[in-house]
Amino acid sequence: MSALLSVTDAHVAYGKVEAVRSVGLEVGQNEIVTIVGANGAGKTTLLSAIMGILPLKGRVTFAGRDLARLDIEDRVAMGLGLVPEHRELFVTMNVEDNLELGAFRIEKSRAKASIERIYTLFPRLKERRKQLAGTLSGGEQQMLAMGRALMGAPKLLMLDEPSLGLAPIIVADIFRIVTELKASGVSVLLVEQNAQAALKIADHAYVMELGEFVLSGKASDIAANERVAASYLGFQHEGESAI
Amino acid sequence: MNTTIMLFLLQDGITNGAIYALLGLALVLVFAVTRVILIPQGEFVTYGALTYASLASGQMPGTAKLALAMGIVACAFDLFVARKALHGRLILRSVLANVVLPAIVLALTISFAAQKPPVAVCIALSLVIVAMIGLYLYRIAFQPLAHTSVLVLLIASVGTHLALQGLGLLFFGAEGQRGPAVLSGSFTAGALRFTGQSLTVYGITIAFIVGLWLFFGLTLYGKALRATAVNRLGARLAGIRTTLSGQIAFLLASVIGALSGIMIVPITTLYYDSGFLIGLKGFVAAIIGGLVSYPLTAVAALFVGIVEAFSSFYASNYKEVIVFMLLIPVLLLRSLAAPAVEEEKD
Repeated sequence: MSALLSVTDAHVAYGKVEAVRSVGLEVGQNEIVTIVGANGAGKTTLLSAIMGILPLKGRVTFAGRDLARLDIEDRVAMGLGLVPEHRELFVTMNVEDNLELGAFRIEKSRAKASIERIYTLFPRLKERRKQLAGTLSGGEQQMLAMGRALMGAPKLLMLDEPSLGLAPIIVADIFRIVTELKASGVSVLLVEQNAQAALKIADHAYVMELGEFVLSGKASDIAANERVAASYLGFQHEGESAI
Repeated sequence: MNTTIMLFLLQDGITNGAIYALLGLALVLVFAVTRVILIPQGEFVTYGALTYASLASGQMPGTAKLALAMGIVACAFDLFVARKALHGRLILRSVLANVVLPAIVLALTISFAAQKPPVAVCIALSLVIVAMIGLYLYRIAFQPLAHTSVLVLLIASVGTHLALQGLGLLFFGAEGQRGPAVLSGSFTAGALRFTGQSLTVYGITIAFIVGLWLFFGLTLYGKALRATAVNRLGARLAGIRTTLSGQIAFLLASVIGALSGIMIVPITTLYYDSGFLIGLKGFVAAIIGGLVSYPLTAVAALFVGIVEAFSSFYASNYKEVIVFMLLIPVLLLRSLAAPAVEEEKD
């Protein structure tokens, strides 16, 4: 019962091609867990399957409940949130409407309070609250996607490549917010190609290659691992870890 | 042609156009939310109109029984889908909404039909009956296909249209019916004569358009419907059920259809199969609006109504031909203006 999300022996296939093979994973309460790996390793596929967008063979439990028969909306109602890679915003609606709809399953009074919380977390969104989501910059759209997911009061937020295509200064901002989320009691499952940044803020990490987990352990240990350093962290890595 | 005739034709065109506008808006709404091109929209019109006319003349409309029958099937679908995780609340909710509600309405209809109820009661009963048929139709025919392609949904749509039209013949017979005016009386302004009925048409159309606008702009459910139309996956990730959006869309479409029928049936005689042609004219307007734009659809609908009125004056034999020919330049322009898009996969 300790783990919030637990995935055992998961397989996800597109037709005959298995994109994810025999993967096991745990995310505990109040923990940031990251999955790093190259493009095409199956990270996005795995997150989509955990959310119920793709069919998954294996066992997924969340907050002690088997998710097998639950569809996406039920999983959202249970407190599982996903910010997908393509953000999937309501582009022809304004920022405030997007956020409000994120709280579709939450009572109105609580939704009011959480919208204020989102605005303190992302002051940029407050400035643009009457602007259409489709006209926002990439970074703002990412913030809005995260804000919308947070409006549903998730216990676990899954982030798919939140830094993709964003300027470094915004990436830093988004990673800072992820650590703030942890402090406020939300667990995070973070999928990232930017392994360096992800490993810095994560507690636990998995390394994914060609649909399988090849390494797992404390994020600091993974960051110190030579193979990981060579494949994902580039040459600048100097081996020191911040334990 | 003199000015008086022109004004008459304009007035006639605008009255018809208002009805087409409502139907066109319903088509756009249903397509945007569920990707269903709602051919049976016309049946909602005839069912609404003929249920109303039957009730007003003291006959028992078969549609009330159809609603109960469809409700029972819908309930069976619900229970079958949830068979492995049945719990009391789910069963109760499905039975209440799908069986008890239409049974109560059927009982009310039987008791009222015998005593020629007042117009307001006839309208209320007709609207509720057709609304239920629309809701159950979604549950039975479209919800199980929600993930399929637009083409499959269109085929299902044609199928339900044919089935409902056949049932319409069974319920109402081959003869046309007329209903009592919602608002009798009239007045003249200059050369024009305004009947209470045409004023009702304008009033209800405007009220509905304003109502829809407020619903989509201000309410959470309205926004959820728009969200589903804009981004289905995004909506699901926000916890908005696609089936809920589909139900609301079909409910609105069937109410709009029935209301249109009730407004037309005092003006012209309607037959069991008249709805199809009326619905198609709404469809022409919706196509001009690209199946996405509500304001464009409403304007196009008025245009369709006016073109129809003028062509029935100049070349009444070719009235329908001229109206549907409007589609050709529109489709041509649209195909030139828009790049080829592959059907979305989801």
